[in-house]
Amino acid sequence: MEIRLIDLKPGVAARVLRLEGGRGFQRHLRTRGIREGKRISLLTKQPGGPLVVRVDNTQLAIGRGMANRVIVEVGK
Amino acid sequence: MKKILLVGNPNVGKSVFFSRLTGADVIVSNYPGTTVDFTKGAMRLEGEKVEIIDVPGTYSLEPTSEAEKVAVKMLEEGDLIINVVDSTNLERNLYLTLELLERRTPVIVALNLWDDAKHRGIKIDAKKLEKLLGTPVVPTVATTGEGFKELVSRIKEAKIPRKRHLSERRRWAEVGAITREVSRITHRHHTIWERFSDLTVKPITGIPIAALVIIASFAFVRFVGEGLINYIFDPLFDLYKPIAMDLSDLLGGSGILHDILIGELVDGGIDYMQSFGLLTTGIYIPFAAVLPYIIAFYAVLSFLEDSGYLPRLGTLTDNLFHRLGMHGYGIVPLFLGIGCNVPGALSTRVFETRKQRFISATLLGIAVPCMAQISMIFGALGGYGIWPIAIVFLTLFAIYIIFGLLMNKFVPGESPEIFLEVPPYRRPSGRAMMKKVWMRVRWFLRDALPWLFSGVVIVNVLYSVGVLDALSNAAAPFMEGWFGLPGAASLALLAGFLRKDLAVGMLLPLSMSAMQLVIAVTVLAIYFPCVATFAVLFRELGWRDLLKSTLIMIGTAVLVGGIMRVILLGV
Repeated sequence: MEIRLIDLKPGVAARVLRLEGGRGFQRHLRTRGIREGKRISLLTKQPGGPLVVRVDNTQLAIGRGMANRVIVEVGK
Repeated sequence: MKKILLVGNPNVGKSVFFSRLTGADVIVSNYPGTTVDFTKGAMRLEGEKVEIIDVPGTYSLEPTSEAEKVAVKMLEEGDLIINVVDSTNLERNLYLTLELLERRTPVIVALNLWDDAKHRGIKIDAKKLEKLLGTPVVPTVATTGEGFKELVSRIKEAKIPRKRHLSERRRWAEVGAITREVSRITHRHHTIWERFSDLTVKPITGIPIAALVIIASFAFVRFVGEGLINYIFDPLFDLYKPIAMDLSDLLGGSGILHDILIGELVDGGIDYMQSFGLLTTGIYIPFAAVLPYIIAFYAVLSFLEDSGYLPRLGTLTDNLFHRLGMHGYGIVPLFLGIGCNVPGALSTRVFETRKQRFISATLLGIAVPCMAQISMIFGALGGYGIWPIAIVFLTLFAIYIIFGLLMNKFVPGESPEIFLEVPPYRRPSGRAMMKKVWMRVRWFLRDALPWLFSGVVIVNVLYSVGVLDALSNAAAPFMEGWFGLPGAASLALLAGFLRKDLAVGMLLPLSMSAMQLVIAVTVLAIYFPCVATFAVLFRELGWRDLLKSTLIMIGTAVLVGGIMRVILLGV
């Protein structure tokens, strides 16, 4: 099932499907580890603030607007 | 001299790596035409002295921030690149490596944090990687020095492998292929540090922990600062007092030269906080009143930086900072600014947009007193109990929040969101921390002392020729009428432009009440940054924004000072 990263529940395994946005935005995300095909999981959401996600051995804090533009696949 | 560049992603232990390679002689320089600083040092390589340059961390050579732009520019000037790679994140790091290998500078790869990778069950075949990349690859552990001998001995083998220039998509494909071929990950359990890491970033546990960390940090600064003063610096100055008294006698106990060097005698003796001579108060303030706290503060700050806690604090506070028109990185200029506003102002470059930089720099100027000023505020108000000090800091905190909210609403421009790597906790290397603290303390001594000394001299000369009295009389109606302060306090406000710590010192002989002192130090903190900060803000913001920022500062000082007079003095 395709969902947006912002809607991912903590502890649920997912895989990055697509990044929605300009080339610069996409590259920005990829070089920091959020890339098509990568496993991604949510560690926590700050109330009203960013999400903390895990990709490989990297933890990233990512704003809600950005997380809304990352499409992930769950339940497969 | 040959230049060797250290290039790598942020958070790969590059600064520890740097301090391991270089000797004691390290300098921070500003990259010309920008606000980006980099660190430079030297080492011996086969009998020849070479320069080592710590290039700002970057994820790729297609820059997304000013620091990254500088990193790319600096590559042009290097004779050789040591690419420092995080072994625990090989795949992400290799992207930059491949980009580097497409260029015409020889590269040697250091697989740093090798021990960490082992603990995490990551196995990397360095030999195979070396073959695939076509240039030496050496596993290293910067914190212990493991692998450094081999790295240094193999620098001469570094090659330009002349890889073809690839498109972004192809480069990622190659990164993936290489990673799959050389690394294997075996399953392993969460370490206790990772569990702790999760706790410090989840809001329910993270926020109380953050509060504890901040309280503990300031308790440490106070405890160590006071300890250094009571057991080292004050005893030293006690030894020095008879010498200064002899000098005072030699100068005849009065006259212009005596006023400048020794200052005014209080009850026939030297009072280090009040005499105000160059050789008395002029050296007591920086060395015995301020330096101890600066040392203690930078020790804590370096620990928070090097352990990896700061990005977590940034994540937890992002929501608040976002409302103030910044984002979680805002914690960096704030913390650095508490040490000294100058590096604080410099670090506003971590923000992407002009709006964020403007807000962060203006708030720094208005509401963030530096450690020098804080130590003097504690010195001045400490005798009156906790409340006067609390009023000062709560007022400044309220101003920070209120003006942040207002500026977020009214300053045009965008406030992009946070996107930040939260690195794993690492045990800070004592060596790298000491070097960092020393670099920062040296900066204080070199750049702050001249301002302080010239401030003391200028004030004393103007005082001797009667200019200050005239000025103080002229300003008296406003100072008394609006702030409820004696006219002479205007002198402190003037001197505060040179150094704020000096200015607080000037308030002491005026025999004001505790609440008057509270108003004076608060206004002093708000109205204007010191000249060193001013110069950086000028470079950072440009004159147009600086003018706006300055008007906001002066306006706020007048407004807040007036309100405080009504509330605290009741007149």
